[in-house]
Amino acid sequence: MGQVKSLADLRKIKENLQEKMSLREKSNNPESLVQVKVAMATCGIASGAKTVMDFFIDELEKRNIQAVVTQTGCMGYCFAEPTVEITLPGQAPVVYGYVDSKKADDIIEKYIKNGELVDGIIPVNYETIEKK
Amino acid sequence: MKDLSMHIMDIAQNSVSAHASLIRIEIIEQAAKDSFRIMIEDNGKGMPAELASKVADPYVTTRTTRKVGLGLPLLKQNAERTGGSLKIESEEGKGTKITADFGLSNFDRPPLGDIAGTIVLLAAANLNIRVLYKHQTETGEYIFDTDEVNAMLEGMPISEASVIRFLKEMINENLHEIKIAG
Repeated sequence: MGQVKSLADLRKIKENLQEKMSLREKSNNPESLVQVKVAMATCGIASGAKTVMDFFIDELEKRNIQAVVTQTGCMGYCFAEPTVEITLPGQAPVVYGYVDSKKADDIIEKYIKNGELVDGIIPVNYETIEKK
Repeated sequence: MKDLSMHIMDIAQNSVSAHASLIRIEIIEQAAKDSFRIMIEDNGKGMPAELASKVADPYVTTRTTRKVGLGLPLLKQNAERTGGSLKIESEEGKGTKITADFGLSNFDRPPLGDIAGTIVLLAAANLNIRVLYKHQTETGEYIFDTDEVNAMLEGMPISEASVIRFLKEMINENLHEIKIAG
């Protein structure tokens, strides 16, 4: 059986990261990051928000999109959980409801990559739909 | 809630809302006493005794976005269902401590679930909060402390996907070593 991982093994990952980060800082500023906030109150967690958050973290890295994925509380849309708030750089935040891995995939491919709105925005009368 | 790690994530969010800078999560398994204890303690703003005595009531919440608060009531229900109990201790300005006792072998005890993922996501989403996780079994104990992780990372954030992945594996392997009940 192999050795159990310990914090010492983290060093290698840190070194890789430092290299990657210094490249990143040279190419753009932190405000240009996509922000993903997954609602994780009781309602969100019970509906599967953790799976959605794991999905965003893994997939955004795999697809080479620089983003910050964090948690937020309940926004009062308990009926539509899991909900995710996406803020593209320089734009107003958009909240998507009923997000599962498939929907999250759609959001990454269409909205985050191309700025193209995806079905499932809440509240339904979200004003920027008309502006677009 | 499907498993206990989700309850932990949920209750820990209360600590985040209470502006805690330290969240201590402890799981103690005692096969001899057939006990499975989860303790979540923070140094947040706490609450008055009157509120603390009522928060396990689903119709009591400090939220304004909705009128119900189910986090603690659901945990209480699950604990009591296994012959256990829920205890809430809080002091204003000092913090809050939640202790949930479960019957370890009770059929109604939900599985622990993905505790490693839960702890790491909590730490990654709240970079300025120190998350301390201790898991004790009869085989041994494991302690995960984000202060130690941050010292090792020297400024690189825990929220990076590669770090999250590594930490999850590390916690899982260590928990496997102490033979957690799951």
